[in-house]
Amino acid sequence: MKVKVIVTLKNGVLDPQGKAIQQTLNGMTFDNVSEVRQGKYFDIEVNESDESKAKSQVEEMCKKLLANLVIEDFKIL
Amino acid sequence: MKSSVIIFPGSNCDRDMDVALKKFGFKNQMVWHNDAEIPKSDMIVLPGGFSYGDYLRCGSIAGKSRIIKSVINFANSGGLVLGICNGFQILTETGLLPGILQQNKYLNFICTNVFVKIKNKENKFFNRINKEVLELHIAHNEGNYFCSNDELKLIEDNGQIAVTYCDEKGNDDEYNNPNGAIKNIAGIFNKDKNILGMMPHPERMIDPFLSGEDGSLFFENLVGSL
Repeated sequence: MKVKVIVTLKNGVLDPQGKAIQQTLNGMTFDNVSEVRQGKYFDIEVNESDESKAKSQVEEMCKKLLANLVIEDFKIL
Repeated sequence: MKSSVIIFPGSNCDRDMDVALKKFGFKNQMVWHNDAEIPKSDMIVLPGGFSYGDYLRCGSIAGKSRIIKSVINFANSGGLVLGICNGFQILTETGLLPGILQQNKYLNFICTNVFVKIKNKENKFFNRINKEVLELHIAHNEGNYFCSNDELKLIEDNGQIAVTYCDEKGNDDEYNNPNGAIKNIAGIFNKDKNILGMMPHPERMIDPFLSGEDGSLFFENLVGSL
C-alpha cells in the first residue's frame, strides 16, 4: 500500500526559503500572503497490506531518516 | 600516527585532507563508505563535500551508510573523530553531535576566508595552539548551526562550543556571523571532546603561498596530541 508523508519545519524554526517565496508572492500582487512555510512530501510504497502495520513502519522511517526531529515534524496522511 | 579518511559518493575534500594529514606526519589511509570495518586508526576524518548530492538533508544518507556503525563504535570508545563541513553535517545526522546545520540564513553559498575564535582548549584538537583566533576557509550552503534552547544550554554548560565566527580581533558578535549560526557557532564537540565537527576547512590553510598557515597550527597540534 501507499503511505503519504509530509515533513515540515517545526514552528519557530527559521525557514528562509519560505520567507523568500512569501516575499516573491507579495511582489506578484498577492499582498495578502502573510507567511509561507516550505516542506517535503513523500509517497512511499510499502509491500504490506495491513494499513496500521505499514503506517507504524513509516513512522519509524520518519523518526530514523525522513525527518530530523531537531527541526522538523512529520505527518502521516 | 594513523588516520582514516572516509570517502562517500560526492565527497570532494577527501584528497585535500589526505595531503594535509600526510604533510604533518599522519600515516593516512582512505576508506570507502561501503566497507564494513575501519582499519586500525588513531583518528577518523569525515571530509567535506556533498555526500549523496545532499539528498534529503545534507549528511543524512551518509549518516546511515555501512561504514558509519564502525565510526560510531570508534567514537564511543573514545577514538578521535573529526568532521569538516559535510563531515560536520554527517556527525549531526548520526547523532554523534547535537543540533543540525541548516541552510545559510540569506540563502547564499558562502565561499570565503573567515576568522574563528577558539572557545575551548581543553581537548586534543586545540590544546597547544598558541593563538586565540585562527583564519580558516569556509565554503558551504548549509552551515547555519541550530539546536533547541535546552540543547544550547547543555552545550554551553559542558564547554562544547569549539569555535565561533569572529573578526580578526576575536569579536564573535552578530556582525561577524556569515551564515546565521546560533551563537556564531562554527564548530562543536561532543560531551567528551573526542569528536569535533566544524564548518571551516583547516586543510585549505596549510600553505602560505596558496592560502595561509593557521590550518597548519591545527594539524601540528593534532599530531602532537595523539
